[in-house]
Amino acid sequence: MNEHYKKSQGLHLNYAVISDFIAEGSKVLDLGCGSGDLLYLLKEKKNAQGRGVEIDNDNVIQCIEKGLSVFQGDIDEGLKEYQDQSYDYVILNQTLQCTHKPDYVIQEMLRVGKKIVISFPNFAYWKVRNDLFFGGRMPKSKILPFEWYNTPNIHLVTIKDFREFCEKREITILKEVLTTRAEVKTSIFHKLFANLLTEEVIFVISNKVQCL
Amino acid sequence: MEKITSVGVVETQYFTCNEEIKLECGDTLKPVTVAYETYGKLNQAKDNAILILHALSGNAHAAGYHNEEDKKPGWWEDMIGPGKAFDTDKYCLICSNFLGGCSGTTGPSSINPKTNRPYASDFPVITIEDMVKIQVKLVDHLGIDKLLSVAGGSMGGMQALEWAISYPYKIKSCIVIASTSRLSAQGIAFNEVGRKAITADPFWNNGHYYNEDKKPDKGLALARMVAHITYLSEESMHQKFGRRLQDKVNLDFSFDIDFQVESYLRHQGKSFVGRFDANSYLYITKAMDYFDLVEKHGSLCNAFNKVLAKFLIISYTTDWLFPPVQSKEIVRALMNMDKEVTYCDIDSPFGHDAFLLEAERQTKIIKSFLKDIS
Repeated sequence: MNEHYKKSQGLHLNYAVISDFIAEGSKVLDLGCGSGDLLYLLKEKKNAQGRGVEIDNDNVIQCIEKGLSVFQGDIDEGLKEYQDQSYDYVILNQTLQCTHKPDYVIQEMLRVGKKIVISFPNFAYWKVRNDLFFGGRMPKSKILPFEWYNTPNIHLVTIKDFREFCEKREITILKEVLTTRAEVKTSIFHKLFANLLTEEVIFVISNKVQCL
Repeated sequence: MEKITSVGVVETQYFTCNEEIKLECGDTLKPVTVAYETYGKLNQAKDNAILILHALSGNAHAAGYHNEEDKKPGWWEDMIGPGKAFDTDKYCLICSNFLGGCSGTTGPSSINPKTNRPYASDFPVITIEDMVKIQVKLVDHLGIDKLLSVAGGSMGGMQALEWAISYPYKIKSCIVIASTSRLSAQGIAFNEVGRKAITADPFWNNGHYYNEDKKPDKGLALARMVAHITYLSEESMHQKFGRRLQDKVNLDFSFDIDFQVESYLRHQGKSFVGRFDANSYLYITKAMDYFDLVEKHGSLCNAFNKVLAKFLIISYTTDWLFPPVQSKEIVRALMNMDKEVTYCDIDSPFGHDAFLLEAERQTKIIKSFLKDIS
């Protein structure tokens, strides 16, 4: 086990959750892969054939250092370099809310991938509502650390919004993992009030009805 | 003590291949002499060698100096040396002048053994495939079974691609910078203007000028001036020269040099004549024009079907001669064939020349890439 692996192991709960979704030896495309920690984890743990897309130069270099294959590009420009249904999974981890055209990005992901993994901070989380309702200010938290004027999060979304979007576009939700304060929440109570109680959500979606 | 960052004084070496070389055009060549230089030590396993492939006007002298007084280092000095991107403390770098060149390797200015006179325009039309064929002979001669990497910018990138496709078992990785799988119509057009400038020079004499007093210097200089514009970008020309005048305050109202950019181009043309052969320029640009992986293999995906190397493709945002979109075509085909490929599009104002100028960013990327190849 080398240093990259150790570093990425304890980093994010959603890395662990996403890693659980991914079947052994899958072909994975990670959009906005950052410095490549998740991809590296999937490569080491799941023997995944991983590829990344990343816009930032320094992040790209970090990916290369980890031996990952990465494409420097802007996901808002679409995935025209990729063939239809050429990946088992296309991942958009904590990046959806930063895209300029989220609907187009999702549509492109569904074209390229058989299954899509999307995670985002839930803007209807009670603490977020609390900030806005009682504080009267744009909410800030660990997941949403920016000021209103410099935030890259320009398309904030709630669980309810996303479910509705999927329904309208006839997208199948295969799985929905709710996490709050770095813990996966599975109680019936939590699920009932998911939109209020969930800090971060991870969806697995697909164009066709498939069983995970 | 100052940190040593240059390979220091180096010497060009020569290898003569006495086998008959069958060329793509159907002709044969024998013998072929190859001028090459090496930097860094080849290890005992002979598995740390990297072949550097030069561009149109390059030569085997990629790094270091030819003597103590030599002021001008090799053409990729910023990239090759101790601790640099191509780290001579770790790797053994090889750079050879390509076939058809005029810096030591057999080309139109070499003596044709059949006539005992320079080949001139009797030299066969060579291709990128032929150039690589000779490079393979050199690498075999050096006792290297498999190269750690092949790397080149521009026309050097074409050769790197040819290596990966034709000799998949002979390389582990392939670095292609500011290059293409086929030159655009625009690129061919500029090459043709350059060739026309040479052949229209009365001293070109159908290529037979080697024993004459006058050579097609004006034509060659003009070819270089045109080509040089294509290596820069609008932005870099604006930054470098703007509309500034050369050694004067007012316009001359004559056809002498007024602007700095004119003076610069004339200087580029003039200094090129001193180190380059007009016939070589014709042959090399032709080889560049003929390179077309799509035509040759049916499609780019087909071309890359059997490649085994791990690829690093780099393009520069303001390069309009070998634009990023052409690099992306290569990357797309490689990805579609499930090959390992990393693509970087570096934001730089320097146009095509960036691959010779953007050493710092290129170094970070290439160093990281090579670290993982073993």
